[in-house]
Amino acid sequence: MAIPYEFAYERPETAEQAVKLLGKYGKNARILAGGTDLANQMKQGFRVPEILIDIKNIKEWEVIKMVNNELHIGSLVTFNDLRKSQLIREKLNILFEAAGLVASTGVRNRATMVGNICSAVACMDSAAPLLVHEAVIHTLSIDGERTIPIQQWFVDNRKTAIQDNELVTHVSIPIPEKKYAGAYQKMMRYSGEDLSQSNVGVLALSDNKYHVAFGSVGPTPKRSLKIENLLNTKGISKETIEEAKAMIETVIAPITDVRATKEYRMHMTKVMFERALKSAVERFKQPKLITQ
Amino acid sequence: MKKISFKLNGETRFLHVEPNETLLDVLRDRMGVKSPKCGCDNGDCGACTVMLDGKTVRSCLIFAIEVDNHEISTLENISKNGLSPLQKIFLEKNVFQCGYCAPGMILSATELITNNPHPSEHEIKEAIAGNLCRCTGYTPVIEAILELTKKD
Repeated sequence: MAIPYEFAYERPETAEQAVKLLGKYGKNARILAGGTDLANQMKQGFRVPEILIDIKNIKEWEVIKMVNNELHIGSLVTFNDLRKSQLIREKLNILFEAAGLVASTGVRNRATMVGNICSAVACMDSAAPLLVHEAVIHTLSIDGERTIPIQQWFVDNRKTAIQDNELVTHVSIPIPEKKYAGAYQKMMRYSGEDLSQSNVGVLALSDNKYHVAFGSVGPTPKRSLKIENLLNTKGISKETIEEAKAMIETVIAPITDVRATKEYRMHMTKVMFERALKSAVERFKQPKLITQ
Repeated sequence: MKKISFKLNGETRFLHVEPNETLLDVLRDRMGVKSPKCGCDNGDCGACTVMLDGKTVRSCLIFAIEVDNHEISTLENISKNGLSPLQKIFLEKNVFQCGYCAPGMILSATELITNNPHPSEHEIKEAIAGNLCRCTGYTPVIEAILELTKKD
């Protein structure tokens, strides 16, 4: 079905042209990369932009690369690009794992990770991996560049800290100097199209430190310093895991909707937290490349 | 209206499009390519699958104007010179019933075996997970792909 209203379309060749256009149209423009969310939002009338600024010709944003000790992921990198990248598989196993659970191959060939965090729908898959890795979001506007730590990025459901005249150029992820391993758990009904009903990311770091984040169980994805503190001070034991699971009740705020009840989400988030934690610890002890 | 040109099943085509026309509508209604179907119209069902620069995509979520200077191929391209080995085995084993999902399913499976000639059952399931079929229960489709791609 065609979109039931008219809008303009531009495909700038450079970053400079893109931000100039964005500066001119501001909130009446939307940036188009993969479009898998945006086209749906426009069909549903949730977004009614006057102009789409298609950034797919700006090749410098297609790149995944190491810059000193940071991994940079450009705004045009799709989920299948992440799946095919040896760098991602080796350095960010949790993101590799989460990327493989996003929708289906045909969507992953087109949908970008940056688009995922810009749409900021609460059930997104890339948030928990980026939160536990303390990613930084880099934006550009006619006024210049800005960096926003991911902790401050998600403001509300579908709302981020981005300004109307800004676009995201890339995300940078600091790679820990010492050993680390992550694990991602996603609850869904079946593979291929389903959105997550709850998701958990755990990063095990050297010196018995842990980072923990939850998604799809509140208006925004959330990292929990409270649970991290507990694990970091008391270490991993059967008792601490039980204590952390009880604490989850005070950290997340799931709702009941067509996909799951809040009680089920709460229960399963605890179960998945334990699985993710154990899996991250296991991978930390015996590092090997994950394949799926 | 903007004039665009793109390769459709190997032939360069020119046409004028409005930004709000989806690739699916343009292919079906203006170019007579009927293998991509409109199922859910929001990217879940996979019936509208086409290949864009060699990768499967959802044509219902792409604006026609975006494919300017790109290459689109559809099921019609795969069987241009007769049925492909994959199509032959699907036919032999009668894996489809109504056939509505078939073009998308064949494109997804073709992409899989092009990149991975001997996929595992898990990889096959993953590759066709975004192509919903309400007739077959998927088992015959998976079995046929496994048989075609098994190592001798």
